[in-house]
Amino acid sequence: MITGTRTISLEIDGRPVTVPEGTTLYDAARQLDVEIPVLCHDPRMRPVGVCRMCVVDVGERVLAAACVRKAADGMSVITRSDKIERCRKTLTELLLSDYPEGSAREQKSADDLLLQLARDYGIEGRAPSLPRGNGRPQDDSSPVIAVDHSACILCDRCIRGCDEIQHNDVIGRTGKGYGSRISFDLDNPMGESTCVACGECAAVCPTGALTVKPITVPIEADRPLETVDSVCPYCGVGCAITYHVDREKNAVARAEGRDSPASESRLCVKGRFGFDYAKHPQRLTTPLIRRDDYYPKGPLSSDVKGERRKKPGGLVDYDEVMPAFREATWEEALDLAASRLKAIRDEFGPSTLAGFGSAKCSNEEAYLFQKLVRAVFGTNNIDHCTRLCHASSVAALLETIGSGAVTNVFSDVRNADVAIVTGSNTTENHPVAATFIKDAASKGTTLIVIDSRETGIARHAHHFLQIEPGSDVALYNAMMHVMIEEDLIKHDYIARYTEGFEELKGLVARYTPEVAAKICGVSADKIAEVARIFGKANAAIIYWGMGISQHTHGTDNARCLISLALLSGNIGRPGTGLHPLRGQNNVQGASDAGLIPMVYPDYQNVASEEARQKFEEAWGVPLDPNPGLTVVEIIGGALDGSIKGMYMMGENPFLSDPNVNKVRKALASLEFLCVQDIFLTETAEFADVILPATSFFEKTGTYTNSDRRVQVGQVTLEAPGEARLDWEIVCEIATRMGYPMSYDSASAIFEEFTSLAPSYSGLDYDNLKPTGKLWPCPDPETSDGVQLLFGDGFPTSSGRGKFVPVDYQPAAELPDDEYPFVLNTGRMLEHWHTGTMTRRAKALHAIEPEAVCQMNPQDLQAMGLEPGTLVTLTTRRGTITLKVRSAPSVARGNVFMPFHFREASANILTNDVLDPHGKIPEYKFCAVKVEKA
Amino acid sequence: MSDGLHPAVVSAQPSQRDEKNPDAPLFEGEYQDRLEKILSRYPFKRAALLPVLNMAQQVRGWISPDTIKRVAEILELSPAYVRSVASFYTMFQLRPAGKYLIQVCTGIGCDLCGAEDVVEGLLKATGTRIGETSADGKYTVVEVECLAGCGFPTMVQINDRMYENVKAEDVEGLLKELD
Ligand code: SF4
Ligand code: SF4
Ligand code: FES
Ligand code: FES
Repeated sequence: MITGTRTISLEIDGRPVTVPEGTTLYDAARQLDVEIPVLCHDPRMRPVGVCRMCVVDVGERVLAAACVRKAADGMSVITRSDKIERCRKTLTELLLSDYPEGSAREQKSADDLLLQLARDYGIEGRAPSLPRGNGRPQDDSSPVIAVDHSACILCDRCIRGCDEIQHNDVIGRTGKGYGSRISFDLDNPMGESTCVACGECAAVCPTGALTVKPITVPIEADRPLETVDSVCPYCGVGCAITYHVDREKNAVARAEGRDSPASESRLCVKGRFGFDYAKHPQRLTTPLIRRDDYYPKGPLSSDVKGERRKKPGGLVDYDEVMPAFREATWEEALDLAASRLKAIRDEFGPSTLAGFGSAKCSNEEAYLFQKLVRAVFGTNNIDHCTRLCHASSVAALLETIGSGAVTNVFSDVRNADVAIVTGSNTTENHPVAATFIKDAASKGTTLIVIDSRETGIARHAHHFLQIEPGSDVALYNAMMHVMIEEDLIKHDYIARYTEGFEELKGLVARYTPEVAAKICGVSADKIAEVARIFGKANAAIIYWGMGISQHTHGTDNARCLISLALLSGNIGRPGTGLHPLRGQNNVQGASDAGLIPMVYPDYQNVASEEARQKFEEAWGVPLDPNPGLTVVEIIGGALDGSIKGMYMMGENPFLSDPNVNKVRKALASLEFLCVQDIFLTETAEFADVILPATSFFEKTGTYTNSDRRVQVGQVTLEAPGEARLDWEIVCEIATRMGYPMSYDSASAIFEEFTSLAPSYSGLDYDNLKPTGKLWPCPDPETSDGVQLLFGDGFPTSSGRGKFVPVDYQPAAELPDDEYPFVLNTGRMLEHWHTGTMTRRAKALHAIEPEAVCQMNPQDLQAMGLEPGTLVTLTTRRGTITLKVRSAPSVARGNVFMPFHFREASANILTNDVLDPHGKIPEYKFCAVKVEKA
Repeated sequence: MSDGLHPAVVSAQPSQRDEKNPDAPLFEGEYQDRLEKILSRYPFKRAALLPVLNMAQQVRGWISPDTIKRVAEILELSPAYVRSVASFYTMFQLRPAGKYLIQVCTGIGCDLCGAEDVVEGLLKATGTRIGETSADGKYTVVEVECLAGCGFPTMVQINDRMYENVKAEDVEGLLKELD
């Protein structure tokens, strides 16, 4: 680690070089472009010096390992000499002596480092005098990683990759001497260990010991693979990926982490192994039109009907749904869709139409889709799933600091003294962002985790507060109470940059730690302790997820977190900030691009005369001055008949929206529904027309990650059958509805979008490559964009950040005698949202194949339930049946369940009451009854 | 006991292993105090790993997976790390052993002087294979590296008692002596 600022001057191979104190000889040599061969070292990891391949001559009795040896003043280093080469060669020979014949790495990707060294040193075959074979076993138990212990050279790279890069702490060594090998947890088979299949170990392993398994197409070094630099299609972390593509098979063979500021070459299981959904046989390849005899419309598959499914598994049975549709030409399907939408608009008025976009779409698609709804449909009834995740956070942020985006990037946790992670199951939902948080926590950042579940990140916390679900406001008010009481607040910051402090002070005065302790179930002392730690920090950063936002008091929760940051002046400096972790890969971008009923692109208010004029001018049509309806309101409108026609691009509200039984009726009663998607989703069963779209892998577009980093996703595969680009389809519909729309390329759409969105101004496809830019980016040619926002005031009318004090309010539906448990819904590491993608990804499906809920082992015992048995969960809205898992992370009295499963949809149970400001449903809390099935 | 076979550690009887309860509470009562004393001797928790493992083995007779998890929890280490360390030392038993744990040194010194014959003799006499426990639960024979008595090969350690200069022909007497 580079410590001091003092510099050291030395000579390497006769050339002078000056480096900061603490630099290793290996790094110093790199500065001169002198390559020293390494085996156990990887520049991404702490050097350990166990292989001695990197030895150099520093004029001492013995050679020194360059990867660990620190440069010293006046040192004269020789990196190549006969003596050194002899050592390296002998070492290679020895390592090779019991190396297996066929190295899996060499066979798969021809980059076995040991064999490369052997070639460099001209070693052919093995030294005949040395023993053969080491008898160490193979371990085939992981669905994604092949372990060949016999090819392990004990370089410790995988251990450091797992421990120090990903902080999953799974790998160790077992035994000693010749018998030692790497081991997983308690020397379990890898597939039965706590391994989360991130693949980092296989990525850093230099030999054939740990390699990725092929998912659908073979990975063979002699099959030529093409590389495409792109990003991950899943979460808001937006990891940079290089896909290795088999052109002949038109499929991704493997994915590799690519260096970018957002992900530093790391990936999680979804990014590394979940790419094959695009090739699933259930892809839609032709436009479909509903047959006449399937009217009146209703659900088709047993899951969507709410009946027992006929075939096991978690996917739609196409035999049940396909008979309802007939194949059509694009012409026919587009004409039908456009004419029906037009007819509804003309007969009943624009406000009877609505569109759902998706946070999975690119910025270009999102921009164009909202343009279609606003300029062609003539309504602001446009929304998307962000409504269901961070709408309340955004509402609070806009209200208080005037901008809905994060104020700092997640990786800046490394500069924070204190980090709060609350309502975020970061290790599962933002795995790579979590690696930065875990890393900081291991290096001196005090990590405070506040959650109703003891999540993976809680295990890395210095202080974990397991609060009662929904008691957040009370806790934060009490923390602020303590900070104000003990004068741990930044008076000058408050005076200069904020307003409303006195009101806040007045309100939180009532929330003593004792009062909050009763509500939160955490001791008053603990609350005071974390308040002090937070208050005394020089730099503190706050992360939050759906556990904060998905409540009827979600906006209130976020307001409290913002107040905490304002009170302590923790915005706009390194290591500080507010970071609502975004779920989908393009949640930030879809909102930026205007898939929101109240704002045009870049949050320009539809109610503002000036903004409206700007967009009317740009789009050449008069626009509706009234804000539109939100997701749940649109579904409500469909139910009461005020919404008659809908167009959905990549959205699956049937599984994602609360209260499925209501959604089912709503979708069935729509006069016309056009669904554009890559699979026949639950929602599409109610469609009149289904348009086959392209998947992430088949198109070019930009995606904005949780950090505000705008990155380019590139065409990786050819689209199947007649599937068409989403933006082209939107253009076709618009044109057929009488508004000619045409673009040459996605970048042309991006250009139009950025010309209307000041935050994106200056960005284009050229300057976004290779690792994207943070918006705003005033100088894209020279900078990476602005990392820290609001160091000097806020984009509010007063220029100040506003304290919005709020009182604690319990959740809308509390447990009672009949429904005694609290149901909490969320995600799991391997699956994504409604499962449309991940349940069709072979490896992910293999790891988590079926619907499960989780309960505390003591509750299970008290109810006489064995883990793995089937239970029914019943709420006032419906019943589902699924397996129960024992999870000590879930507090007593609670049930947690993921919402990925069509055969046991969590949203049959959830409560569709809304937060009054963010209009977000209360996914995280409703009363539920648990019974043995 | 034949001549020249000296117990290196003089104790009445090797301590009997079957008194140990593999499910005994690990860090409670007097052991809680001992744990705290151990921890107080070190600047950080990880440094206390060896003595804590040692204590755990004394309580439970062997280092079970559950023990590893508990130790990892208490010392804030990963189970993989604790197991790595435990597996490095022959002193730690990662599998339950019989009443008499017979450790035969097959290090270079002893090996040159017939250690393998001693091992073979012991396996035959106890009817076991390396690492296995005999059907009556009495004996477990394992090979270890150097018991630091290279001048008196072959070295054998039975529970916490050492035997020097063991030859294959001593095996029978040795086992008899145990009962
Ligand atoms: S795949 Fe990831 S979690 Fe699993 S052992 Fe490798 S580095 Fe660790
Ligand atoms: S962390 Fe998110 S963006 Fe990164 S690989 Fe995983 S799912 Fe993809
Ligand atoms: S690379 Fe330096 S010791 Fe292994
Ligand atoms: S070799 Fe047996 S005691 Fe040292």
